[in-house]
Amino acid sequence: MSILVNNQTRLLVQGITGREGSFHTGQMVEYGTNVVAGVTPGGLGKDVHGVPVFNTVSDAVEKTDANTSIIYVPAPFAADAIYEATDAGIKLIICITEGVPTLDMVGVYHYVKQAGARLIGPNCPGLITPGEAKVGIMPGYIHDRGPVGLVSRSGTLTYEVVNALTQAGLGQSSAVGIGGDPIIGTNFIDVLDLFQNDPETEAIVMIGEIGGSDEEQAAEFIKNNVTKPMVGFIAGQTAPPGKRMGHAGAIISGGEGTAAAKIKALEAAGVKVADTAAGVADIMAQQMKR
Amino acid sequence: MNIHEYQAAEILQQYGIPINAGIVCDSADAAADAAQKIGGKVVIKAQVHSGGRGKAGGVKLAEGPDDARKVASEILGIDISGHIVNMVLVAPAVDIQREVYLGAVIDRDGRGVTVMASAEGGVDIEEVARDTPEKIHTETAHPHLGLRDYQCRRLAFKLGLEGKQVGGFAKIAKAVFKAFTEKDAGLCEINPLIINGDGEWQAIDSKITIDDNALYRQKAAEELRDLREENEIEVQARAHGISFVKLDGNIGCMVNGAGLSMATMDAVKFQGGEPANFLDVGGGASADQVTLALNLVLAEPDVKAVLINIFGGITRCDVVAQGLLEAMGKIDVKVPFVIRLIGTNQAEGQKLLADAGITVVERMDEAAKQVVAAAEGAA
Repeated sequence: MSILVNNQTRLLVQGITGREGSFHTGQMVEYGTNVVAGVTPGGLGKDVHGVPVFNTVSDAVEKTDANTSIIYVPAPFAADAIYEATDAGIKLIICITEGVPTLDMVGVYHYVKQAGARLIGPNCPGLITPGEAKVGIMPGYIHDRGPVGLVSRSGTLTYEVVNALTQAGLGQSSAVGIGGDPIIGTNFIDVLDLFQNDPETEAIVMIGEIGGSDEEQAAEFIKNNVTKPMVGFIAGQTAPPGKRMGHAGAIISGGEGTAAAKIKALEAAGVKVADTAAGVADIMAQQMKR
Repeated sequence: MNIHEYQAAEILQQYGIPINAGIVCDSADAAADAAQKIGGKVVIKAQVHSGGRGKAGGVKLAEGPDDARKVASEILGIDISGHIVNMVLVAPAVDIQREVYLGAVIDRDGRGVTVMASAEGGVDIEEVARDTPEKIHTETAHPHLGLRDYQCRRLAFKLGLEGKQVGGFAKIAKAVFKAFTEKDAGLCEINPLIINGDGEWQAIDSKITIDDNALYRQKAAEELRDLREENEIEVQARAHGISFVKLDGNIGCMVNGAGLSMATMDAVKFQGGEPANFLDVGGGASADQVTLALNLVLAEPDVKAVLINIFGGITRCDVVAQGLLEAMGKIDVKVPFVIRLIGTNQAEGQKLLADAGITVVERMDEAAKQVVAAAEGAA
C-alpha cells in the first residue's frame, strides 16, 4: 500500500506543452509514472514524450480515463485549470504552480471540496510513491520504497530529508509536498490521517515551517488519532516576525505562526522534533530500531 | 506589498468610505502650508511602512502653521523600527464621539475572507485579539457569493450601534470587503473608524497590504510602491526572482528552496552563529542566478563568511558546481566560503569544486559548524 498515487494512477498533465510541463512529463514518464494524457488549449494531436495532447480536460478524460491531474500552467491561469479538472470529474488534482493569488485559492478550495475532489498544492513539489508513481517535480532517484511516510510544506527541504532517510536505509511509503502557500488544498491533518490508515506506513515524518497554525492543528489531531511514531522538524526558527520567507505562507504575523509555538505543540503531542533538518533521519533511524 | 496610510485612505475613498483627508508633505515648510490651508488644529502623522507610530513619537497634534512646522520637523527623519520617516500626513484634528475597529483579512484556517469589528477601536487590535478575543466580532464571507448585507448589519448590532449608525457602518463594512477583494489585499483595515462630532462616520487611520502573488493583475498597486521603505538588496533580489531577506548576523547564506533556506539559517544558529540573510536562489540554481545571488550576499559589509547549501535535484550538481566556479571567478571574494552540494551527480560536482581547491562538506550540520568557525576566525 501507499497513499494517493500508485500503479493505478492514470495521470493527466495540464500545461503539458509548456517548458516546465513538457520537461517534467519526460521525467515522470522516465520514472515509470503512467502518464496517459496532456492538455494544452489548441494542442490537440500533439505528442509530448509519447503522451497524446488534448484541447480540454473533459476530452482527455473521456478518451483516456485519466483519474489524476497535475498542473504546470502559469499562475494567472492556475485557478481556472483546477476548476476545469474538478468539473471534468478528476478526483485528485496536484497544482505545482507557484504564485497563485490567495483570493483565487479561496474560491478554488471550497469548490474542489464540494465536488468531493482533493487538491494538493499549489506551490508544491507534488507527491511520489517510490517505484510506482512520481507525480511532481522531485528527483525520483533519491527515493526508495519503505516504511516511512513523509509530509512537508517544502520542496528542496523535503528532498534533503528524503535523501537522508534513504541513505539511512529508511525507504518511504509515499512522500507528499503539500505546498507553501497560505491556502492549500490538502493540509497536514489530511495526509497524517491517510498515513495512519495505510498499513505499509510504519512511521511518519512531518516537516513544517513558520506561518499559520496548520502544525498546531495537526498536533491536536496527532494527540488523538496518530499511533505511529512520528519525527518532526519546523523550519524558520531564526525567521524574524513580519517577513515573508520565500514561501507566500511562511510569515509570522501578529505573534502567530512562530516555530517555537509549533515545536511546543508537536512535542506535547508526542512527536520527536529534531533541532535541525540533518537530525530528522538520525532520530527516525533510532525510532525504527526500537 | 505594503503601502502608506494615505494611499490606503485614498483607495478606501474610491469605495465611498468617508476619510479624514489630509495633505502629504515631505518638508516642515510644506507641513506649515498644509496646516494653514486646513486651518485650526491638525494631526501630523509619520508615513512609514511600520506599526507602532504613535508610541515612537510619529503622531502628534499641532496648533496652526508655526506649530505644524515645528512638529513636522521633529517627526521627519526619525527612525521607526528601522524605517526613516520621509513624509508626514497633515490632516484636520477630529472630534471623536465613538471609535471602532473594522478590518478584513485572509483567514488561513477558514480558507476565506473574514471581516472583523470591535468596539475597542484605536488600540492595538492584535493585543485585543490576544487578551480579550471575545471583544472581536467576525463574519466570514462566502467563498463565491461574498459578504452579505445581513452579515454587515449583524456586526453593527454586535458593536452596540443603533439607529442610522447601523446602516452607515454596514455600508462601510461592505465597502471594505469590496476593496479587499478587488485590490487583492492581504489586510484592509480602518483603525479607528469613528463617529465624529457631526455624527458622521469617518476613517481616521487606514492600512492595506496587497498580495504579492496578485501584483500581475494589480498594476495600479505597483505604482504605490515606495522603494525608500524597502531594503536595497531585497529590491534587487526581487527584480531577479530571488527571495532575499536581510537579517542581523554575519554569516551569509545562499540556498536553493525556501524551506531549505530557512533550515540552513536554523542550522547556523544551532551551531552558535547568526545568519546575515535568508536567500532562496530558486529551485534550479543556474549559473547566472548563482552569480547574482552571491553578489547580493556579499553586498552586505557585515558578512564574515558564506555558507552555500545546494540540493541538486533536477538541476545536476556538476552543473551547479560549474555555475559556482564561474560566479566565484567573476566576483572578488574576500571572505571564507563553505560549500555543501549534494544530490544528482554529487560526486562529479564535488570533484569539480575540489579540483579548484574548494572543499565541499557532505552534511548540513557539519557545513553550518564549519561556517560558524570560519566567521569567528575572520571576525
